[in-house]
Amino acid sequence: MEWYWLGEYAPKLLSGTWLTIQLLVMAVFFGMLLAIPIGLAQVTGPKIFSLPARAFCTTFRGTPLLIQLWLLYYGLGSLFPYMDGIRSSFIWPYLRDAFPYAIVAFTLSVAAYEGEIMRGAFKNVPKGELEAGIASGMSRFQLLRRIWLPRALQNVMPTLAGEMVLTLKATPLAATITVYEIFGVGTIIRQETYRIYEPLLLIAGVYICLTGVIVVLFHWLENRVPKASG
Amino acid sequence: MKKLKSVLLGSAASLVLVAGVSQAEIRIGIDPAPYLPFSAESASGQLEGWEIQIADAICAAMNEDCVWVKTAWDGLIPALTSNKIDAIINSMSITEERMKTIDFSNKYYNTPAVIVAPKDSNISADAASTDGMYIGVQVATTHANYVEAHMGSATIKSYQNFDEHNQDLFSGRIDAVVGDSMAMQPFLESTEGQCCEIKGDLHDVAIFGPGVGVGLRKGSDLKAKINAAIDQIRADGTFDRISKPFFNFDIYGG
Repeated sequence: MEWYWLGEYAPKLLSGTWLTIQLLVMAVFFGMLLAIPIGLAQVTGPKIFSLPARAFCTTFRGTPLLIQLWLLYYGLGSLFPYMDGIRSSFIWPYLRDAFPYAIVAFTLSVAAYEGEIMRGAFKNVPKGELEAGIASGMSRFQLLRRIWLPRALQNVMPTLAGEMVLTLKATPLAATITVYEIFGVGTIIRQETYRIYEPLLLIAGVYICLTGVIVVLFHWLENRVPKASG
Repeated sequence: MKKLKSVLLGSAASLVLVAGVSQAEIRIGIDPAPYLPFSAESASGQLEGWEIQIADAICAAMNEDCVWVKTAWDGLIPALTSNKIDAIINSMSITEERMKTIDFSNKYYNTPAVIVAPKDSNISADAASTDGMYIGVQVATTHANYVEAHMGSATIKSYQNFDEHNQDLFSGRIDAVVGDSMAMQPFLESTEGQCCEIKGDLHDVAIFGPGVGVGLRKGSDLKAKINAAIDQIRADGTFDRISKPFFNFDIYGG
């Protein structure tokens, strides 16, 4: 075991870890925002909403994230030369950068998986509780905010924690589109120092720490959500 | 394979005998495995390629007869040190490690690192022209080291492989790519590659190394003669005349 390279690469390792965290948090946040309506649409929506929602979940859960990532980044990228004026437009700085593509790809993936989870969660809230809400004069929105969503979330909290851990472990895919998060930094270290074990072990350690943080965070959240009624 | 080997050894041995008598010929070792466009063996067993022509030109400039001795790549240096051959002309890069065992002539080629950018771009080999630009490189290469060392005011984008940075150069996500001229040539000849052209050669011996030279025994009196011959074919235009059909850049590397 030799760790002489650690000092030299410490800044890159830190910025890589930070990039991993940013990618994970943004993907899970935006993904969850999308997952709630996607889940709800499948349970309660008219066909015009529920069918596209189901198709979205099936498509994005049924294809490898790596392919989605590459289709977005290199696929769209191959179209740019044919779009006039795109390089002088104000969105070009974002389109040329790889990070926004990673965010979009991971967000859609999270939305698809968690949308499916939320579908089950909304469905499993006992009908009687919803009827009780309606009987006490709640509007549909009040019903969602006060009963349906909290009860649904309460049931799937542990599953969501698991999904977030899985998403964390998918983030190394971003390195393939030049987003050098912690795994990508590890690759650079391996290629430049010809040391294999040490960088890989270090990075495995970083992932374990991040997973630990997620587990503790969700444990805390679970305790904050009011316990099942009764 | 075994049969081939014994034939090669046989021919090498007979050449040694011949050379032992006359000493007039210079025995040049080369691995017959194809390394296009530098050297390859034709169906009839004839060696051909850019490097073969250059070696012939060097021999002609020295007024010496040269014979090729086909030797496996990893046997070239042992063959040289054990006096079975007199020189190695086989795209062997001059490295410190090899200099411990053998000597080298001056370089006769060095595929230069080049900066490639869209045709209408103002980017050049001058570091100032890359200020604020996105430059793509393959990760953990001497090219990446060069950009880090000389083009500090540019944003470096590292790619796992070569096709990926060419793809992003084509799409316009990056403003330029720094890479090996030999490796960039197929891209520049492709349809996508028409977007772009070589904007300049990049030089830094400390980063890229000196290039490819003729491998020689330590203390060999051929060294001065071969260096003079390389200078001569460089000066009289032979080198450029041979190189032109093979490469769309300066293979000598400035």
